[in-house]
Amino acid sequence: MPASEAVLPADDTALPRTGSDSAESDSAGSGSAGTGRAGTGRAGTAPGNPRTTRTGRRARHRRRLREYALFLALVAPNFLLLGVFSYWPVVYNAYLSLTEWDMIAPVKRFVGLDNYVDLLTGGEFPGVLRTTAYFMVGVVGGSLLLGLAVAVLLNQRLRGRGLVRTMVFAPHVLSGAAVGLAWLFIFDPNYGLSRFLFELVGADSPAWLTDSDRALPAIIVVYLWKNIGFCAIVYLAGLQNLPKDLYESAALDGAGPWRVFRRITLPLLSPVTFFLTVTTIISSFQAFDVIAVMTDGGPGGATTILSWYVYDKGFSDFQAGPAASGAMVMFAILLVVTLLQTRYLERKVHYR
Amino acid sequence: MTTRLRRFGLHLLLALLGVLMVGPLYWLFTSSLKQSADIYTFPPVWWPGSLRWDNYPEAWRAAPFADFFVNSAVTTAAGTLLEVTNAVLTAYAFVYLRFPGKRVLFAVLLSALMVPGHVTLLANYLTVADLGWINTYQGIIIPGAASAFGAFLLRQHMLTIPTEIVEAARADGAGHLRILYRVVLPLSRPMLITVTIVSLVGKWNDFIWPLIVTNTDTMRTLPVGLLMLKQADGYVNWGAVMAATVFVVLPVLAVFFVAQRHIVAGLTQGAVKG
Repeated sequence: MPASEAVLPADDTALPRTGSDSAESDSAGSGSAGTGRAGTGRAGTAPGNPRTTRTGRRARHRRRLREYALFLALVAPNFLLLGVFSYWPVVYNAYLSLTEWDMIAPVKRFVGLDNYVDLLTGGEFPGVLRTTAYFMVGVVGGSLLLGLAVAVLLNQRLRGRGLVRTMVFAPHVLSGAAVGLAWLFIFDPNYGLSRFLFELVGADSPAWLTDSDRALPAIIVVYLWKNIGFCAIVYLAGLQNLPKDLYESAALDGAGPWRVFRRITLPLLSPVTFFLTVTTIISSFQAFDVIAVMTDGGPGGATTILSWYVYDKGFSDFQAGPAASGAMVMFAILLVVTLLQTRYLERKVHYR
Repeated sequence: MTTRLRRFGLHLLLALLGVLMVGPLYWLFTSSLKQSADIYTFPPVWWPGSLRWDNYPEAWRAAPFADFFVNSAVTTAAGTLLEVTNAVLTAYAFVYLRFPGKRVLFAVLLSALMVPGHVTLLANYLTVADLGWINTYQGIIIPGAASAFGAFLLRQHMLTIPTEIVEAARADGAGHLRILYRVVLPLSRPMLITVTIVSLVGKWNDFIWPLIVTNTDTMRTLPVGLLMLKQADGYVNWGAVMAATVFVVLPVLAVFFVAQRHIVAGLTQGAVKG
């Protein structure tokens, strides 16, 4: 099926590397290319300007100031918005985490680290962290393992693989709220697909979403269905980028396919695996819409992961302090993950 | 013979994978056309005995879906336009204009990617409330109008445009805005499309922010409207609920099939943002 194979052009297949490339071209870009380009451009627009005269220097100075002004004008709206809605909220949220406030009263009471102490020493929060960890392990581990398996399958020369690749990726672009509703019906123990599948093996369908032991696995299944395609596509791009000659020499050495996979493919894919681990952790930390539609964090808090906790504390219970401190915990964890990623990528760039 | 068997097995596996991935969507679309008798029955009906299109108008009336649609369309279109404009202008400035401390500024820009949405919820809600924007279009749109990742992607792309082309335009006396519009943008088309579509899909599907910042039915967007419908209906009427779900899913699926290549390119890179 040459047509469907062409759906992903070569430039897409280099994707997993963009993260590391960015670090490299960052210095190259704004340093040499940027100024070099502007420099030559200046010479172009002012041909024959006597460089030594004062008027020439002044004109150049003016032009430079005009360029600065234009730069500011172009980036100002973006930076203003980022300042107000991305940077400032972190600062303000940090402050809110040190207060006790019902989001209505005119005065916020400063309580220091009390909220954090409360979070970590009792109540529901340790359970929330446990649920979050369980959820993360299920979604991140499952997406990576199944994504890799699907990528390996899609990398075989099989009829219809282009079509299946499209099918695998499609759920990833759908609204989580819509996906949640569709699966709500699938999990319906009386009229859903779940009952059909369980009756095939002669069992009753569990009441997935009202059973506190089954609700979280059910949510994980939905996120897996939504995420596998993404991991598979990125892994597939990685697989198609692997150097062919290594495989040829391995074949000459008489290595079996499983051995080749473990000794050559997996190690070579480790940057992709790392990239996917980080991005899947980040995205599953923010998982929200499927849970909102399917379980409301229940039953009995069984699906209350950190993101739901922050929302619930803030916008249902109107307790700004616990919500903000929960959000700070999330921020801290994600910061560590992001820094690990940055350091890892830097190391890779240096070794290259 | 064994290779034949193996290939057959692989094809079987591939087919199974396809069924697993499409199954839920098939269930969604067929259920949206089933009459109650075909829904509340066991074993399940795989193809509705008679197509009941009435589920759609029924869902449309069960909640103010006309409003949801307009709200989603307006906020998605305006939000995407603003975000992409910001991305383009910022990328151009960082590639083609001089400014002292540009590199530091770029690092500041990228650091916005490290701020997870949930950390900004509370503060942004309070900011928007102070501005008097709760339950307004600008309240839904403006906090998401900045672009860090799109600007980054476009900048990376613009750096690959040959310098000579831009210089030639400059030698012809073209100013920066003209160069941007006539030279750089046409040459950045693939990346521009990617950034636009990823932004479009993200805003259409956006859930938690519109949920928080709106408080009347008439201001809800489609995904939030689904939640409202579910809560109101108590999922008694699965046919109508599935039809409403199709309202939300269908436009994105249509865009996906047309622009699959660009979405894949964008989301696999966009994943860095998470």
